[in-house]
Amino acid sequence: MALLQIAEPGQSLAPHQRRIAVGIDLGTTNSLVAAMKNSLPEVLADDQGRALLPSVVRYLPGGSTQAGYQALQNATGDPKNTIISVKRFMGRGINDVANKEFIPYEFVDAPGMLKLKTVSGDKSPVEISAEILARLRQRAEDSFNDEIVGAVITVPAYFDDAQRQATKDAAKLAGIEVLRLLNEPTAAAIAYGLDNSSEGLYAVYDLGGGTFDISILKLSKGVFEVLSTGGDSALGGDDFDHRLYCYVLEQAKLQLLSDKDTRLLLNASKEVKEQLSKNPLSRVHATLSDGKVINVGISQAQFFELTQHLVNKTLVAAKKALRDAGLSAQEVKGIVMVGGATRMPHVQRAVGELFGQTPLTNLDPDKVVAIGAAMQADLLAGNQQKGNEWLLLDVIPLSLGVEMMGGLVEKIIPRNTPIPVAKAQDFTTFKDGQTALAVHILQGEREVVDHCRSLGKFELRNIPPMAAGAARIRVTYQVDADGLLSVTAREQQSGVEAHIDVKPSYGLSDTDITSMLQDGFSHATEDVHVRALREEIVDGQRLVEAIDAALKEDQDLLEADELEMIQRKVEALKELIVESKDVQVIRRSVESLSKSTDEFAAKRMNKSIKLALAGKKVEDI
Amino acid sequence: MANPSEFEDYFALFQIKPQFKIDRQALESAYLTVQKQVHPDLHVSGSDAEKRVSMQMATLANTAYRTLGHPIQRGLYLCSRNGVDPQLETNTAMPAAFLMQQMEWRETLDEVREDPIALDQLLDEVEQSKQDVLKEVEVAIDEAKDFVLASEKLRALLFIDKFSQELEDAITA
Repeated sequence: MALLQIAEPGQSLAPHQRRIAVGIDLGTTNSLVAAMKNSLPEVLADDQGRALLPSVVRYLPGGSTQAGYQALQNATGDPKNTIISVKRFMGRGINDVANKEFIPYEFVDAPGMLKLKTVSGDKSPVEISAEILARLRQRAEDSFNDEIVGAVITVPAYFDDAQRQATKDAAKLAGIEVLRLLNEPTAAAIAYGLDNSSEGLYAVYDLGGGTFDISILKLSKGVFEVLSTGGDSALGGDDFDHRLYCYVLEQAKLQLLSDKDTRLLLNASKEVKEQLSKNPLSRVHATLSDGKVINVGISQAQFFELTQHLVNKTLVAAKKALRDAGLSAQEVKGIVMVGGATRMPHVQRAVGELFGQTPLTNLDPDKVVAIGAAMQADLLAGNQQKGNEWLLLDVIPLSLGVEMMGGLVEKIIPRNTPIPVAKAQDFTTFKDGQTALAVHILQGEREVVDHCRSLGKFELRNIPPMAAGAARIRVTYQVDADGLLSVTAREQQSGVEAHIDVKPSYGLSDTDITSMLQDGFSHATEDVHVRALREEIVDGQRLVEAIDAALKEDQDLLEADELEMIQRKVEALKELIVESKDVQVIRRSVESLSKSTDEFAAKRMNKSIKLALAGKKVEDI
Repeated sequence: MANPSEFEDYFALFQIKPQFKIDRQALESAYLTVQKQVHPDLHVSGSDAEKRVSMQMATLANTAYRTLGHPIQRGLYLCSRNGVDPQLETNTAMPAAFLMQQMEWRETLDEVREDPIALDQLLDEVEQSKQDVLKEVEVAIDEAKDFVLASEKLRALLFIDKFSQELEDAITA
């Protein structure tokens, strides 16, 4: 319909202008990068044709690093400096780590997030993850022989704000522009749904190396609507390995082992677990560093019994997600299985029994998340034809709340609320002349502060002294489309304001990141300044193009003086792009221009809503 | 929070009639139509201004959809749009008959907590009563335009809703 042809800037590019965006699955065990090639999603392989990059980083004396298979080979020989499953530590403090005694690392307590002691210094999980991401970025750039404009990075749906923020920080550190953080099960649903043109209610059961997610989605006419999500961000295939490892210790009557032997037996247990998915019997066979030979046989049935409680935990979460969606298991049309750990037969059987049907296992459970992320990245980069686009409506996995008197948590935004979302709440002072108010933000389902995750505390100061109860303090929580929270507090009468992007408790500040980047991140091949200038110029050019296109269409929405001001600023920026070498000057000009188009952008959006709804009405008749 | 939209209220945003009785399908279809214009995923490559407006508008669409999609919230919203503050926090006065019924229900719940069939029956009764009161709200708002009466009934409905939630928890426990 002619009425609906509103070409948004960047959404209808000619083929040669196609912008390369990739999808990255940053997994606990393996990571992948995928992209659209010739209109089809494809996992990008390394120079030896391998799709997976083991999520393993080894630090060498002198600061250089190995990653992937090369690092994995050395895990047993150099366990302390070879970090495996770092995802489990993202956004976590030292007290959050379970089974510390069985993990061959030396943890360092650091403000916010824990660090790991290595031969080249203490490393935060963010830095370690950045090493993996930088390799994947390199792989993509080699594959296209071009730079990538950005990436969609997947996270477990059940990741909290701290874990999401840590993931975004890691990408930033690896020089990747994050187009969106996408929930892993949602990515799988996109890959499955688009491939099969599915319609109806689907469940995605995602048991990875270290995390478990269950999401219930409604697929209809190009809309992927997440109805509910649940899971456990510390439950995965690793825990199955660990149960088997404990069984071996018990059977072989072993005491506490050295780091090397721990890693050796953990790796052996993992292999045996994988064999037991295919064979009825297997055997853990290894020679410890003191020459002692370990030889423990185990049957499939024994292994299932050892780990059934872990499977049951996932079923409890699945039932809760169904209840949150207001559905019974029988109403679900299909169950998409994701994650290497879903290869275990007793997992498939249990899921099949719960839903009363055989789960869908025809997709490669290791690749489907990266494929979905690549499709979404292509959409976000504006490469999809108008009309072929799909819409993704996701939710926040865990409730957000605030601390009240007596250490109780009041929920502000309940779990499974569609994002983006904002909610405002009014507070007041409880003492005469009180000039400050502390806001403590928490995430979780429990009612007591100590049982929820603390996301941050901040203070609103300089409230004018008033009688108790007279101040009106409005606290606004905004969760964006990445599921990240920012909070603003404002005293309504005086206008005093405070704002935080929630990351102080568990995350890196922008200054931390800048200094890490300047410390010569091991793969930075060019001057940080040159890169920054080029990025700023590209930003400026994009803005100029976008505004020119918008003006061409909708000039009539502006008053003459508004139009004149915007045009003046566009010209000023155009000049700076050509002449200036000063990042700050260009940035200020970009910001100023962007700011003065706020109202214009709002008017355009309102117009597009009216036109779309009007078109809808005509269609209905 | 700044509201960049020029629409007068949630009903105007979705271009549906501001009344209690609504067509759920029309609401959902309008919501999706709006999101297909404003969702941040469709404005990733836009200017900062465009991205900001997109997030605000998508937030507004989500809030509007949830408010209008939930009958009690929709009723409360209509009351406040028509100048009647439902006084949820300050006014807890309820008619004696309603309080009696609430007490009876709670007593029954305590008695039959272990009896799934009786729990189901109680839930049916509570749900029926909820539907009846919702019908009364519809008449009060759409026909009598009596928003004071409607807000009293909506306050009662919040209690009924909370109790039915407790019942469902008891059933699934």
